[in-house]
This record gives sequence, structure tokens and C-alpha cells, in this order.
Amino acid sequence: MTELNNMLNELKVQALQAIAKADDAQELDAVRVQYLGKKGELTLQLKQIGSVAPEQRRELGQSINAVKSQVEQSLNERRETLDESALAEKLNTQKIDVTLPGRNAGTGGLHPLTRTIQRIEEIFSGIGFDIADGPEIENDYYNFEALNIPKNHPARAMQDTFYIDDNTVLRTHTSPVQIRYMLDKKPPLQVIAPGRVYRCDSDMTHTPMFHQVEGLAVGEDITFVDLKSVLEFFLRAFFETDLDVRLRPSYFPFTEPSAEVDISCVFCSGKGCRVCKKTGWLEVLGSGMVHPEVFRHVKIDSEQYTGYAFGMGVERLTMLRYGVDDLRLFFENDLDMLRQFA
Amino acid sequence: MMVSEKWLRDFITTKLSAQQIADRLTLAGLEVEAIATAGDSSSRVLVGEVLAVAQHPCASKLKVCEVNVGRKTPVSIVCGAANVKVGMKTPAALPGATLPDNLKVSKARIRNIVSSGMLCSEKELGIGEDGDGILELDATAKAGATLAEHLALDDQIIEINVTPNRGDCLSVWGVAQELAALTGDKLVPPKLNKLKPASKRKVSVKLAAPAECPRYCARVIENVNVIARTPDWMRGRLQRSGVRSISIVVDVTNYVMLELGQPLHAFDLNKLNGDITVRKAKKGERLTLLDGNKVKLNAHHLVIADDKAAVALAGVMGGLNSAIDDDTKDILLEGAYFTTDAVAGQARGFGLHTDAAHRFERGVDFMQQERAIQLASQLIASIAGGQVGPFIEVSNKRYLPVLKPIGLRHERLQRVLGLEISRTDVSAILKKLGMKTTTSKVGWSVTPTPNRFDLRAEHDLIEEVVRIYGYDKLPSRPPRVESSATTKPESRLPLSRIRNLLIDREYHEAITYSFVDGEMQNAIEPNCKAIVLSNPIAENMAHMRTTLWVGLLGALQNNYQRQTRRIRLFETGHVFHLLKGQRVETMRIAAVVTGDLRAPQWADTSRAVDFYDLKGDVESLIELSARTTEFSIQAAAHPALHTGQSASVSANGKKIGFLGQISPTVLRRLDIEQPVFAFELNLKPLLTAMVPAYVPISRFPAVRRDLNVLVDESVPAEDVLEQVRKTAGQALKNLTLFDQYRGEHIDFGKKSLTFSLTLQESSRTLRDDEAEQIEQRVLNALQKQLGAVLRS
Repeated sequence: MTELNNMLNELKVQALQAIAKADDAQELDAVRVQYLGKKGELTLQLKQIGSVAPEQRRELGQSINAVKSQVEQSLNERRETLDESALAEKLNTQKIDVTLPGRNAGTGGLHPLTRTIQRIEEIFSGIGFDIADGPEIENDYYNFEALNIPKNHPARAMQDTFYIDDNTVLRTHTSPVQIRYMLDKKPPLQVIAPGRVYRCDSDMTHTPMFHQVEGLAVGEDITFVDLKSVLEFFLRAFFETDLDVRLRPSYFPFTEPSAEVDISCVFCSGKGCRVCKKTGWLEVLGSGMVHPEVFRHVKIDSEQYTGYAFGMGVERLTMLRYGVDDLRLFFENDLDMLRQFA
Repeated sequence: MMVSEKWLRDFITTKLSAQQIADRLTLAGLEVEAIATAGDSSSRVLVGEVLAVAQHPCASKLKVCEVNVGRKTPVSIVCGAANVKVGMKTPAALPGATLPDNLKVSKARIRNIVSSGMLCSEKELGIGEDGDGILELDATAKAGATLAEHLALDDQIIEINVTPNRGDCLSVWGVAQELAALTGDKLVPPKLNKLKPASKRKVSVKLAAPAECPRYCARVIENVNVIARTPDWMRGRLQRSGVRSISIVVDVTNYVMLELGQPLHAFDLNKLNGDITVRKAKKGERLTLLDGNKVKLNAHHLVIADDKAAVALAGVMGGLNSAIDDDTKDILLEGAYFTTDAVAGQARGFGLHTDAAHRFERGVDFMQQERAIQLASQLIASIAGGQVGPFIEVSNKRYLPVLKPIGLRHERLQRVLGLEISRTDVSAILKKLGMKTTTSKVGWSVTPTPNRFDLRAEHDLIEEVVRIYGYDKLPSRPPRVESSATTKPESRLPLSRIRNLLIDREYHEAITYSFVDGEMQNAIEPNCKAIVLSNPIAENMAHMRTTLWVGLLGALQNNYQRQTRRIRLFETGHVFHLLKGQRVETMRIAAVVTGDLRAPQWADTSRAVDFYDLKGDVESLIELSARTTEFSIQAAAHPALHTGQSASVSANGKKIGFLGQISPTVLRRLDIEQPVFAFELNLKPLLTAMVPAYVPISRFPAVRRDLNVLVDESVPAEDVLEQVRKTAGQALKNLTLFDQYRGEHIDFGKKSLTFSLTLQESSRTLRDDEAEQIEQRVLNALQKQLGAVLRS
């Protein structure tokens, strides 16, 4: 018995050594066959069990199985180790330089003016304004008459108009959309109207085409204070800063009272710089309470309803927001410029 | 309106500085755009008196002058001005003086003669335009006084942007009144000495158009020395108001206009034939204006006429036939009230802009004509002598404006403003404005002053009250938030989604002008009639675009010229057409592409963009709507596109646009030497999307069958695919064309198309024999309809 046990031990030691020595899956398999295969040395030991005295068989069987399972376990462990290192080696050969640039399809971008218009739309949509549009070739009536700017009115000289014929113009502002909207809908109403407008003027600070966003609110209790509140809210949201907003009396034929709206300079925080001409203020939009004469044209009772309107220049807001210093760049469509807004 | 600070201070006693005055005016609606100084007040420029003028010994054009600058001994100054003469007073800049442009004056030797200073022109001093000779000063100027003192150069010019409603502020006196209302400071009304007539000469005036001119005042002044020099103080004030000095009579009329806001005109009395009539012009009547402009008049023009002809365009400009010249002896001063309607648009109609028309159009106080004539005659008589005649006034009271009281309700005022202003505050404001006011149960009854043409109704008064109350007192509140009454249908695809798709495909959005070069547009769309501007800003910006391609190709060309070779641009916007005489605006989306499909990168092989890349972009736009079956793309010709690579896009059988390669002829015009592809589509059909309707997904296996057929080259692939779709039936879940081949191993004139069909039943497994049947059916149909044969 002892002899057998010794031999078993010897086999175990040999097997474990052989396993540890095996360098790859093949060698390992050979070791497995050598000891655990059909004719393996341990298998053979089990087969010889019959020759042992019956009272010792059980004990011997247990011993052989214990060795067998030890060898099996060692084999598995070794296999796992070998697999792992083989995989690691394989992965190592597949190593790449992750800092090389990605295969990029590239992205384009919105025109900065569209970007600004979309932001304006979002801010006003958030407080319940609808969005409307209108034709760019307008009747004199919608562009001027209905807005209380009769023929020969000095205010017509304020806007150099492009004419198609005596009665047809390229709209000089987005205000005619106010008229169309009020003729179409019943108060209460709140709407903004972005779009292209045209004036016969071209120099450093004027382009013959530019963009405006018109705003209009009409209801039974819309007040001048509401106008100030909405513009203050908008301007702070647009510039994302708690800037000061100043209303200053002005004149537009279609509003009364009228106000120019200034913000504290976004470049110097109102301290005075080149952009604000040392005043600390930047003029950003025009506004006022809808003139009763305008209500008369659209058949809204100005005793029952009041309203406010405002108009802002998209180019101006875009220049202030992003620091663009030349208006004309917006219409050159230079990709070096456009890419900065992608 | 440029206002001299010193002039303004003649009429108001205020402690405010020029800057403070400017701030107050700005916050009351009279926006001050700038404050400028009248001139350099450097004390080293003095009034000099030229005592002697001698020829420079070495230079024929130079003179050596002995100049009294108030010192014991005169200084010697070399001067090259032609107008220098003995006895004249002129600015002398002494060594140490600094002139504009940082020119430092120092003692200098000029061709061997020492010059201890410099005699100056107004241009050299930076106070005027005239650089032809040295500035001649008043003979009474005190030699040795500083020029700054003599010319009041420490004055400041307040530049006010006067809005069209505030004609009352187009005068120094008007601005003073406004400032007094704002500050409560004391007004000092202009002094007036009414001159006693020294002659009896009169002119008879007839108002033949009283609705347009209900008041005409005039006065004869005889024996005026019209070549008398305008004194320096008046020249200075005119200059600071932006008005050039011309001659004493004109200068005085301008001066009075600037001071009081009443435009005046002066005729050469001896050039007038008989009486003055203010009348409508006769149709076709001609008049040569003072500036030489020959105008043809119409019945809506108002003229001043004598017995023979029109002598002035009323309120705009005088006629040349009655103009004052150096030989004029007797003059007729005119100060009239023309209504705003009578003058509105008249100057502009002739392309003119005059200070008089500017004021009459906006409204001139109808009660100040006499004051203006009195002031002008007093100034002329004191400077240029002459005997004034009796004051002449002809009015037609029926047509003069009536100052009617306007009701102002306290409740309405507060309702419009959303502000609580007490009755006491409102009353105080109305009082400050100098308006006659009585109170009533509901508010006030207010009679505006005659200079305020902008106050006609209650809302005008509301503005006036809040303007003086101060916009800065409006409280800040969170905005009212309304819930939008209109909801957006799910089927409406936002334009931003369409833009984003193109952006994600590396397009940059461009914005180009809506008016384009007609010639270029004609090369692109020769059959399209464009709407043309009657007053374009430039010849090549006169045609309204009928296609976005003109602008986009221009933008592409700009970038191409800057060496950019890979360009992808799109634009959305209106195009304008004349259809059966109607102007139609359509919203479009268009794109232009040139260069490589992708920017060069290390891990990608680059290739030039082609028709199918562009078509893929168009298909994606269509897919956004999920209404792909309603759209079709077919070969179709377009004048701007390559004849072999051009297609139209239709929605429900209606053409909505084109795509293709831009024709080489168009590219040659643009100097572009690589292929450009473009599409343009009406936007509206793309903006309606299908709302998804769920179809249960099949749990059963799908079968894929690949077919490779040979067809004639001329058979469009789309016809083949359409045939497959038609015959495969409902089991066809997907059809993909994945190869087109022509060339070797294929008969000439034929092409091979390979596509795969994915077949699947929704409620059971599709059997092999069924798939086989479908395949056979498809092949048979293809053969029968299109002559396609299975390629082995």
C-alpha cells in the first residue's frame, strides 16, 4: 500500500511539474494525455485497482481520485494562464495609436444670423409668443400706410425704400407682418416675425439687405410696463448676463409712446469703451405702444385693446453677441467666417 | 440739428454742463449723438492786425508782414496768402501755438527772413473749410485778443438727432424751451426791438391758396448794403450750426431760422414784377431754383409768384429770377406759414433737401412769423443798413390752425402705461410744458402750444406725460408668460430639422442677397421673368432672384477665388417670380457642392463628390418627411445643368425642383475649373411629415434573394426597381440595389444590375418554394416589361 501511495505521490509531483513546464496549449494537452488520457499513467493506476485487496480498494480509489482531481485542477489553471497570456499577446499585436485622428465626416454650421434668429425664437416661444412671417415684396399699404406712415410723411425719408413700382416695395421693416397678423387673428395675441428687410443704403455700417425680428402683443391689459418687462427679460436671456436696460423716448409713426432701448455695453459693462462710444450704452432696438391709428387700420378697437410692438436688428445683436466687427462679413459667406459658427 | 451751447445759453439760465444738458435731452427723446468743441481754444493764436506788407526779397510769392499782436512792438511774419493786406485783422499763431493735426508753430527762417509765427486760414485753424487765404476777421476785432475769445471758440456743439415729430426742436429757442420743461430752469425769451418803419414801401400780397398758406408776412428793406461783411459772431454761430456763410442777407435769414425755427426768404425787390401771390403752380409751369435746378411744376406744387411768373417754390427754395446778387439794393423779406401738407414731399420730389422744407414738413409755429421778420429786419438794418418798410401781414383765419383742447383721462393714462402716476404729478408735468390745462372729473383738458404739431390726441399727451415723467421710472417686472393658443401639428417638420440634416452632412449655411445680377441669372434661368427693382443700389443688384443658385454660386465663387477647393453651401429663402402678372414668393432650399466628398484624412481615400452624393442628400431630405413614395427623381433638362447629369424632383407628380451638375458654360462665367453640383427644391412639400403608424414587426425569419440581371443601357434603374416592387408583392420588405456594372464580359449597350430582395411574411414563416415563386415572378416581369435577363 505504502509503495503504491509513494508511487502515486511521485506521479503527482511529476504531473504537476510537467504542467508547470508546459508552455502552450499543445504541450499542456500532451501532459493531460500522458497522465489522464485513456492510457494515461493515472488512468492506468485506476485500472490496476482490481489487483489490490478489496479492503484497500476504497482507500486507494480515493487517493487516486484525489491526485487525479489535483492534476486536473492544475491543468485547468495552467490552461487559463496560458490562454490569458496568449490573448494578451494577440491583443498586443493589434495595438494601434489612438491619438491618430478619427475618421470624421465633418459638420457644417448655421449662418450666424440664423443662429441668432433661432435663439430669439426660442426665448420668445418660451413665454408664449407665436412665430409668423410675411412676404418680402410688400404693398405700400402694409409697409407704410397701415403703419401710420402716409405718403409724403417725413418718416418715409428715414427709410430709403426699394421700389418695384409706385405701389410696391421691398419691405423696409418686418412691421407689415404686424398688420397682416392683426388682420388675420383676433386679440389677445403675441407674436414675433423674423425676416429679411431691405433699404436702399450701402456703406460700412449699412447693407441693402438685413434682418429684423418684429414683436407684437395685443390684449385688454397690455401696458408700457409690460413692454419694458418683456424686453428686459429677452435682452438678459439673449446676452446671458444681468445687463441694465434703458428705455429712451423716441419716435416711430406706428407706436406711441415710443422708446429706443439701450443695454449697458456688453463689452465694457457700461464703463465706456470704443464700441459704445464712451457712453456705456448700446442702442439695440426700437419699441412702443401700438398707435391707435394702426389699430384703426386693422379694425381693432383701441379703447378695448392696447398693445406693444418692438423691432430689433438681427445683425446688430449678432455682432454684439459674438464680437463680429464688420457688418458686411455676414453676406460674403466666407467659409473661414462661417466655420466659426459651426 | 447742431446747437451751439453758448447760443442755447442765451435763452436758458441753467447750471447744467453741456454734457448734462446732452444727457437730459437724450433721455427725453432728443438724442444727442455727439458733443464737439467749436475749435481749439489755445491762447497762442491771437488776433493780429497787419500793419505793413512788404515783398519777400527772395521769393516772389511770399510777403513779409509786420503784425500788431497787442505787444509793444509788432512781430514779423512771412505769409504766402494772396489776400493779405494792410489793415486787415487776421489770426496770428505765435511760436508755441499748436494747430490741428499737431502742427507746432515755431520761429522759423523762411528763405533768409525770420518769421515769428504764422497767419492762418480757417482751415488751418480747424474751424472751417476755407483754405484759400488767411481768415479775415471783423475790422473791430481787438489786436492782441485771443482768437478763442474773439470767435468764442470755447463753445461746444451739441449734435441732436431730432425725430420727425419734433419740428419744434429744430431751433435753438425750441431746444431751450424743451430743456426748460425738463429741468424747470428759467427761460430767457429772445429780445425784440420792433423797428419803426423808415420807409413806406410795401408790397401787396394775395393768398390764392389759403389752405396751403394761410399766413404770409413780409417787409421791404430799402438800400441794403448787401455786400456788408457778416460779423464774426454770426459767422461762428452759423458755422457751428453747420451752415456756411454766404452773404449778409442770406446769413441773417439762416440765423433767424436757426434761432427761432422760422424759415425766411429774401427776394431782390427790384426783380419782382408787381404783386406777390401765393398760389398753386400751373401744370407744366417752369422755375429755375436758386441752385440752378430747373424744375417743372405741377398743380400740387405751391409757389410764390409775382405778376409774371413763379419766383419761389414755397417753403423749399427761392427762384433764380428774383435772387439777391451783389447789385441788389432793395429786398423783400418773406416769413410765411406753409402747412405741413403743402410742403411735405415737395423737396424730395425734386431730389432736394433744404433746411426750410425740412422745417415746414415737420411743422412751423404759425404764430411766430412776425417775430422772425422783426428779428431779421433788425439784424439786417444794424449790420447792412437800409430803411425798413412797414410790417406786412396777410392771413386767412379760416385756414389757420385752431388750438383745440384735448381731453386726457387719468384712468386711460394709467391703463396704457401700467403705471400709477398721481393727478398732481400729471398736472405738474402739463404745466412744465407750458400748455393751458383745465381739470375735469376724469382728468384734464389740455391745449397744446402752437409749435407742437405732434400733439393732436389723447395718446400724444400720454406719451408727453410719461416722457417728462421719465422712462427710467418704469418698474422692472418679470415678463407676462402666456400659454400659446396655437399648437404645432406633429406632422409639421420644423425648418430647423431640415437645416440640421444638411449641417450634419457638412454643409454650411449661406445668406445671400435677394437681388442679383440679371445677366448671371439669365444665364441660369433664361426662361424665367424676374421682378426688377426700379431704384436698385447697383446695376448688378437689380433683379429679384428667381433661383437661389445665383447667390449660392456667387458665394461658392468667392470662396473658390480664395483658394478653397472644397465647398459645401446651402441657403433657404424666398425666390420671386412673375406668374401671369402676379408676383409670387416661394420658399426654397438649395445647395451647391464642389471638391472632394470628404476632407482629406489619413484613414480615408478621398474622391471627388458626384451626382449620387448630391442625390443622396436630396433623398435624405425627402426621407425626413417619411413620404418617400410621393416623391420621384427623373432625368430632366435644366438650362444651367449638364445635359447628361440633370434631374427633376417631383412630389405627387408636381415638379418641385432640380438637381445635377452645373453646366460647364455656367462654370466658365464663374471661372471655376472643377465640377460643381447643385440642388434646389421648393421647401413646402418637404415640411409635411407623416405621423408614424405602427405596423407589427414580424417574428418570422426573412429570406434574402440576390438577383443579377442584364438590361439595356437605356433602361433607367428606377424602372427596374419599380417593376420589382410591383411584382414582388407584400412579402417584399426591402429592396436594395447594390451594384451596377458595365464593361468587360458584358455586351456593348447592356448593363448589369444587382439587387437584393428581403422577403418576409408577418404572420408565418415564408416557405422556400414561395420565395422561389416570387423570384420567378419578378424575373418574368422584368424580362417581359424591360427585356431584362438573369445573368448567370
